[in-house]
Amino acid sequence: MAFENLTSRLNMALRRFVHKDYLNEKDIDEMMKEVRLSLLEADVNISVVNSFVNDCKQIALGEKIMKGLNPGQQVVKVVSDELTKFMGSEESSLVLKERGVSTIMLIGLQGAGKTTHAGKLAKYIAKNYSKKVLLVAGDIYRPAAIDQLKTVAESVNTDFFEMGKTNPVTIAKEALKKARQESYDVVIIDTAGRLEIDVPLIQELKDIKKEVEPTEILLTVDSMMGQEAANVAGTFNKEVGITGVILTKLDGDQRGGAALSVKKVTGVPIKFSGIGERMDDLEVFYPDRMASRILGMGDVLTLIEKAEDAISEEDSQKLMEKMMNGTYNYNDLLKQMKMINRMGKFSGLLKLIPGMANIQQLKDVDDSQFDFIQVIINSMTKEERRDPSLIAMSSSRKRRIAQGSGRSLSDVNKLEQMLEKQKKTFKMISNMDESRLKQMSERFEKGEIRGFDPNYQSHGKGRR
Amino acid sequence: MGFFKNLFKSREEKQKAKKMELGLKKTKSYSFSNLKNLLESKKKVDDAFLNELEEVLILSDMGMDFTNTYMEALRKDIKKHKITSVDELKGILFDNFYNMYKGRENQKLNVSKSGPTVYLFMGVNGSGKTTSIAKLAYRLKNEGKKVLLAAGDTFRAAAREQLETWGERLDIPVVSKPDGSDPSSVIFDAMKKAKAENFDYLLCDTAGRLQTKVNLMKELEKIYRIIGRDISDAPHEAFLVIDATTGQNGLNQAKVFNEVAKVSGVILTKLDGSSKGGVVLSISNTLGIPVKMYGFGEKAEDFDNFDIDSYLYSIFNGVLFEESETE
Repeated sequence: MAFENLTSRLNMALRRFVHKDYLNEKDIDEMMKEVRLSLLEADVNISVVNSFVNDCKQIALGEKIMKGLNPGQQVVKVVSDELTKFMGSEESSLVLKERGVSTIMLIGLQGAGKTTHAGKLAKYIAKNYSKKVLLVAGDIYRPAAIDQLKTVAESVNTDFFEMGKTNPVTIAKEALKKARQESYDVVIIDTAGRLEIDVPLIQELKDIKKEVEPTEILLTVDSMMGQEAANVAGTFNKEVGITGVILTKLDGDQRGGAALSVKKVTGVPIKFSGIGERMDDLEVFYPDRMASRILGMGDVLTLIEKAEDAISEEDSQKLMEKMMNGTYNYNDLLKQMKMINRMGKFSGLLKLIPGMANIQQLKDVDDSQFDFIQVIINSMTKEERRDPSLIAMSSSRKRRIAQGSGRSLSDVNKLEQMLEKQKKTFKMISNMDESRLKQMSERFEKGEIRGFDPNYQSHGKGRR
Repeated sequence: MGFFKNLFKSREEKQKAKKMELGLKKTKSYSFSNLKNLLESKKKVDDAFLNELEEVLILSDMGMDFTNTYMEALRKDIKKHKITSVDELKGILFDNFYNMYKGRENQKLNVSKSGPTVYLFMGVNGSGKTTSIAKLAYRLKNEGKKVLLAAGDTFRAAAREQLETWGERLDIPVVSKPDGSDPSSVIFDAMKKAKAENFDYLLCDTAGRLQTKVNLMKELEKIYRIIGRDISDAPHEAFLVIDATTGQNGLNQAKVFNEVAKVSGVILTKLDGSSKGGVVLSISNTLGIPVKMYGFGEKAEDFDNFDIDSYLYSIFNGVLFEESETE
């Protein structure tokens, strides 16, 4: 496969580098050639690739090379980070109205998977939002398209609406009327597949849109699409206006570069991915997973992750020692916060694991808490950060810090108490035996230990 | 340097190319319009020209391997013949496409020597198998042939109804079984019927499947085997139906389907869109599988045989040759 060639080529390119501390332009150019090739092989549109590679180059220039990586790998890290950032780190959810009927239009080229995904979406909405859904057959052109949606509707136990080969605009209008009368929450309109350059059929979509004022217009895009994906999605967006994308057939072995092209050209989020033929095979789209799939270079990415892990492991070792010998200070607290922060997207994933979502700690740790701690510590002097007792003993220092950080005196006190509490906990843990430790982690999981309690992240035995 | 000089010497061939060009009318403004623009706008062969040419090939989904090979050969030729102007290069551009296209000797549709001719249609989901079958059936029927269809997609909702609707429209019988039946048994019954009732053609639909689905590929292998067991040289064509918008995964599709059921030709669908379908060039180059037919619209008649000579002619028409006179 092309992928293997790429990996070996990449390794060849890497071998030429000697160890250096910073990336220079020559290294970057050399590697960017491979990155460009990789993205093109993944079917990312060439103009998207060119501008993306250029952006990455600017960012990579002068970048410090991480311990454990060589310059080439460092470039891949920059690219991978950018790609992830670009695809978006957050999953994007469906927009539904609080009250009244929400309307979702599914549009796209022929064979992209609209009808199948209308069914999947109906099932998903019924299950996750407990809403009453109506599936509407708006494809009056393709033979048996109406039958197909009807069968799909039956298989997902969803009500179905059709008016045969009536004008699709009328069908949409009548469906909405019925939905209002019979208090449906969501109407999903399946439309006929059409080319983005087919003027009369695009007009039909505009007319339906005008008639029903949809809450969501989702473009279904076949993830196997090549270079044209950018233009197709761009034109649909320009002509009709889309609010999101469903990326279909992702259970194949394609790299799926179309996702990047579509995202870049339209700017709208990819909301779902189709991952199979069963009606359950619909997933919320995870941008970061897609980023690494598109980039390929799996082995390099694993290496980078390991290097990152090694560094944080080194850090946490040091932190552990400090905790245990009682020299833990504000610098360490900040470092620890940053370490946890890095796992931010990880906590999003954790929430998806059954049971984990209920863990109180995950709910309590939010960004604002990080900000609050960071802001206060930033207003401390170097000496104060190193030696917490300076603050503990002086109320004038506390007042100065409060003023400097724009927080209240009680916030500063809270932080001070937090640090002291942590130090106490560390001391307690370092004196604990196995069975007590286990007990504690159980209490933690049940949410009995409240509030942000960083020792959980670091006492070692619970997590690793 | 010059296959192209000999290519269209006969009037007949020119006529044929012209007909194909008419068929390509809808696609013409998109397919390779970039190449044409480039060749018309640039005079000098320099790095800028070659880079742009490379982009044009990539944009047509020909893939990096094909593009690199093509560009390498071109650069060699440029050096060897000391070419400096785009005009001089046009013939070589054409020749290189021509040379890299493998399997042009097998472009014609195979037919059975005796008994029914059996065609199998395979492909990933949504590539246009059922529509292609209907279009081919329509054409064969117009040629006075007795045609039978087999509804081998027993999986997707209403796939059978889709084929049956076409059958009714075209007045062509369809062999089918309830949803969820074993597709091999549908094909088996259809084979029996085709032989017993002296049909000229049997066109077999199958469910769309991604080539990564091991079980579904096994199912296809079984279908292929059953067709061959009943009539020894069948299927006379095993078509891989590929959507023109497909990117580089098209090559993987061809490789894996070819392992399970020997793919004899590609049907390139949806060429009326803005995509160029360039992945078929890389399929022919790598696997020697030619494109045999192409689809370019939703009407039954929007379908034709594919012929690389005419295709290239239509691309280079007006650039390389004199613009074909209008009738």
